[in-house]
Amino acid sequence: MANLGPADYSPYPVATYDGILTPPEGKALLLTDIVDEEVAMREIARVMLTSENATIFPGPQVLYAWNEEAKKKATLIKEMAEVLNAKMIPMYDYRPKYPKIDAEVEINPNHPNLTIWHNNIKACIFIGVHCHYANVALKIVRAETDCYTSAMCALSGHEDAMATIRDQHSEDLARFIQVAREVKQELGK
Amino acid sequence: MSVDIYKINPEFRDIMPKEILDLEDNATWYGEKRGINDLTDKKEILEEHSLCAGCPEAAALRYILASLPTPSETVIVNSTGCTSLMFPHIALHTVHSLFGNQNAVASGIKRVLDWRFPDKTKDVVVLAGDGATIDIGLDYTLQSFFRQEKITTICFDNEVYANTGGQESGSTPKGQVFKMAPKGKVFDKVPMWELAVTSGCQYSVKLTASAPKSVAKVVREAILIAREMGPSYIHLYTPCILEIGLDANEGLWEMKEQDKDRFVSFKYVSPEAEEYLKNCKKEGIL
Ligand SMILES: Cc1ncc(C[n+]2csc(CCOP(=O)(O)OP(=O)(O)O)c2C)c(N)n1
Ligand code: SF4
Ligand SMILES: [Mg+2]
Repeated sequence: MANLGPADYSPYPVATYDGILTPPEGKALLLTDIVDEEVAMREIARVMLTSENATIFPGPQVLYAWNEEAKKKATLIKEMAEVLNAKMIPMYDYRPKYPKIDAEVEINPNHPNLTIWHNNIKACIFIGVHCHYANVALKIVRAETDCYTSAMCALSGHEDAMATIRDQHSEDLARFIQVAREVKQELGK
Repeated sequence: MSVDIYKINPEFRDIMPKEILDLEDNATWYGEKRGINDLTDKKEILEEHSLCAGCPEAAALRYILASLPTPSETVIVNSTGCTSLMFPHIALHTVHSLFGNQNAVASGIKRVLDWRFPDKTKDVVVLAGDGATIDIGLDYTLQSFFRQEKITTICFDNEVYANTGGQESGSTPKGQVFKMAPKGKVFDKVPMWELAVTSGCQYSVKLTASAPKSVAKVVREAILIAREMGPSYIHLYTPCILEIGLDANEGLWEMKEQDKDRFVSFKYVSPEAEEYLKNCKKEGIL
């Protein structure tokens, strides 16, 4: 447990205590390093393709057809899951659930570790989760699991993810899928 | 808000749980004829909750949700109390304000919504307990009435601070003993429904939640009046069966008893509001 980063009862992303901030525009964050987007895309694809039970966690911003961009992203995420041989488990709302969630079919920001433990997920991608809940969930996952987290964020990225690319709109997802196909071929997967 | 906000992208239907698919398929939010008849089988009117079994406050909250005229354009402002356990489960905009501040928060939200969406009708409805409305938040409650804020305030009067284990409130009747009020209340119950009138409410009603249809009617009237005229107030008796020692099936009986006693019906409608309601009826809005 918790061997990929420190846990802390802090309002800030834990990574900020190690001096890690979100990447500048046009760049990405890989663990502690600021890298080119392409480098991060390749690494995310590699980790997803080589880890046990790789899973994509789509959030409300892409699950629901609330604008044209969300509709486009939905098609692309489905394709992405196929290319990465990944499962999909939705984070369809943020309600605290009692007595507990069904970890088989959903992930909840208030205890995301339950889903990761239950399904033995070793790599995942968060996409379409609103900033605050992505921060909460990523922090808990970082503290409580050994899952490699990637955040594909439409805004400025997430420090507590092991890999984060920012400003990801539908064109960028299409590019990621292309990169993932190449990596898949190289790996012979 | 657009109805699309609830539409699931077809690519994800196969991974969504049944309760969310049901919500999309059967929600009444945009139905013309939604109402308390939907209570038995409509997901979003909270078929499950974690309040005490048979709690009348929980039942009343469901009646209110079923009666909102335009739920998708409604913001509910609530306060800490037993019902606050239900709010995180409502597929509707709700804001949990600091205990007692609910009418101040609601005033701000309403004003900003009117400024931001001048072409839309947005309803702001405060739902709070007697402790929040009449004791700790009394200042904010009354100030919002004085200022003629266009909001509806609904007080769940269970005559006690239930969520914190049974302290007397301003709304507790004289002489009542609770676990944490062992000597019995010394003062009279605060007649909040009357204060609402003298403080400027266009509409003030006191009733129990014994008859769901009556609750539905006043909720709709109060919200329509708040839209056009100014503050409206509903004082609703929802006994805390736990603190007064009743069983889960005895809440209704207690409310019916009080229909004839402390909660004998009270209704004030300002002459302008009366006129407006008549027009609403003519236009088929009511
Ligand atoms: C600012 C603040 N003060 C006090 C409390 C503690 N508190 C929580 S619930 C509650 C009583 C609620 O009573 P009421 O408003 O009558 O609601 P009920 O639980 O009876 O429905 C109090 C005092 C709080 N949460 N916040
Ligand atoms: S303590 Fe009283 S008001 Fe609270 S949930 Fe139980 S019965 Fe209802
Ligand atoms: Mg109370």
